[in-house]
Amino acid sequence: MTYHNPPTTPRKSAVFDDYTLSEIRRAASTGIYDIRGGGAKRKVPHFDDLLFLGASMSRYPLEGYREKCSTTVTLGTRYAKKPIELKIPITVAGMSFGSLSANAKEALGRGATIAGTSTTTGDGGMTPEERGQSQTLVYQYLPSRYGMNPDDLRKADAIEVVVGQGAKPGGGGMLLGQKISDRVAEMRTLPKGIDQRSACRHPDWTGPDDLEIKIIELREITDWQKPIYVKVGGARPYYDVALAVKAGADVVVVDGMQGGTAATQEVFIEHVGQPTLACIRPAVQALQDLGMHRKVQLIISGGIRNGADVAKALALGADAVSVGSAALVALGDNDPALESEYQKLNTTAGAYDDWHEGRDPAGITTQDPELSKRLDPVLAGRRLANYLKVMTLEAQTIARACGHNHVHNLEPEDLCALTIEAAAMARVPLAGTSWIPGQGNL
Amino acid sequence: MPTVDLATTSLRELNELLHKQGAGTNETQWEILNPKGRHAVAVGVDAPLNIDIKGPVGYYVAGMNKHANIVVHGSAGPGAAENMMSGKVVVKGDVSQYAGATGRGGLLVVEGNASSRCGISMKGIDIVVKGNIGHMSAFMAQTGNLVVFGDAGDALGDSIYEARLFVRGSVKSLGADCVEKEMRDEHLDLVDNILQRSGLNGVKPKDFRRYGSSRKLYNFNIDNADAY
Repeated sequence: MTYHNPPTTPRKSAVFDDYTLSEIRRAASTGIYDIRGGGAKRKVPHFDDLLFLGASMSRYPLEGYREKCSTTVTLGTRYAKKPIELKIPITVAGMSFGSLSANAKEALGRGATIAGTSTTTGDGGMTPEERGQSQTLVYQYLPSRYGMNPDDLRKADAIEVVVGQGAKPGGGGMLLGQKISDRVAEMRTLPKGIDQRSACRHPDWTGPDDLEIKIIELREITDWQKPIYVKVGGARPYYDVALAVKAGADVVVVDGMQGGTAATQEVFIEHVGQPTLACIRPAVQALQDLGMHRKVQLIISGGIRNGADVAKALALGADAVSVGSAALVALGDNDPALESEYQKLNTTAGAYDDWHEGRDPAGITTQDPELSKRLDPVLAGRRLANYLKVMTLEAQTIARACGHNHVHNLEPEDLCALTIEAAAMARVPLAGTSWIPGQGNL
Repeated sequence: MPTVDLATTSLRELNELLHKQGAGTNETQWEILNPKGRHAVAVGVDAPLNIDIKGPVGYYVAGMNKHANIVVHGSAGPGAAENMMSGKVVVKGDVSQYAGATGRGGLLVVEGNASSRCGISMKGIDIVVKGNIGHMSAFMAQTGNLVVFGDAGDALGDSIYEARLFVRGSVKSLGADCVEKEMRDEHLDLVDNILQRSGLNGVKPKDFRRYGSSRKLYNFNIDNADAY
């Protein structure tokens, strides 16, 4: 009798999967790490791992479309003479002119204004289009200080001192030379065509005690009118928030690892920082321990997508959330209608993230004048406003179902978790139990 | 001439008074007494004022100055004239770290020494230091000119872009991508012009050596990885 070995089905490694193999080949071929835009793509515990406990007997719901559920938020009540009043607890995160086209920046301003919220400048300064179209504009004070101008400080409605970003806590940025148009080069005071490195730390202060003095300087320059935000990357949220409060922040922004960036190393985006979900409770804890919860407002950003995410972040103790990547999608980023053009760039709609190359078919993350023209700032602004309003309606719907007449009345008790990990991070019970893993630890 | 005594007037009142002065103000001569190391003195001034600060100041004196001539009759803490846009700031004594950081225009004259990071990330400002400067000065300096009569510390001009550095004394070490360059006639004229504007006569531009970017790190290349 003859025995034949049966064929073995080819088996690919879980460790060396197709993407990993392609990255090894790419590194070997090009000699440079992958730089891309956007936020973390790997799956980590997120808001989807939480569920709301709608009211039945032990809670009394409010009637949708009948009973009021407010969404207003005031930011900067600690020191500023002119706090920010917003209609909705969703703001538009800082994204730079340079990274984005002028039309995209204008569209963000238009959309935010229609929806009754603020937008934010970015690395590269304030453009007249942006100021002109933004009813409420937050001016970012960044480590690179590209385009930093006291006139613009005075024109802003609030100042955000950026210390870190969720996509790259501890890291600077890199705007590759091909994206440096004449206008971008002029605003950043650098030659056209060279890689523009953004510093990872502020040049004129070296720690929280210095930051405290820096904030006083900014307040003195702007006559104590404007709220001062401090933005930190979600890495050590308890201590960073506590130090930001100590330094005098009116508002603290905590940006989790799903937060986007214009361009940085893929390995940085995917492997540095903590998930947004894991950052909220330590940040709130810091404020509570200092007796400053709701006195210093907390904005959470990093992967906020819909009204459920908004409601969950607020329930965990945030005063507002901020959207960046999602706002770009609302404008038209990665739209399947442009699939054929994405394929020419060796990618597909939904995966395009080489924003630093300046060839964005949607005309959003580019300085190419022809591509930029594709984005109608009025229409795109309308799309963003619709999206922000829908998210607000969704959050209101959930808040009413939990019996609240203001979205800020959502609380951790309204939530349960689907996984042990999410329960531990959000400090809410695992569904069907009263167990909160690790409660009490920071 | 308005005189503001910080022993009896708050910093807030001082800066508010200065901010109220417009381009056409008649109150152009200001004297500030008893600063006693206070931070953020005369910051955000946006008018052609002449301001004499009679004593030492803390952090960020004359920060983001536009148009004003500000003289500190004493030493200054970190961040003197940071992000200055225009005008002139003179510090008669020494300055601490980050003097002239990110400055986009104007002239900063330090008659004493400057500590580390002098001119860090400078973006168009001219800085003259009669004494020495500390380490990491002109780190990531983009444009503008730094003129140093004395010595420079370690890593001068690390990751420098298009700023020009002129040092008369010794340089302990140069940072990544910073090299010594030829002192041509145009640079002699430039230094001479800066010295004249600084009111520092009797110094020969030819005594200075010029440093700037080799521009090898302007676009990333893996073969330069050792420089990072």
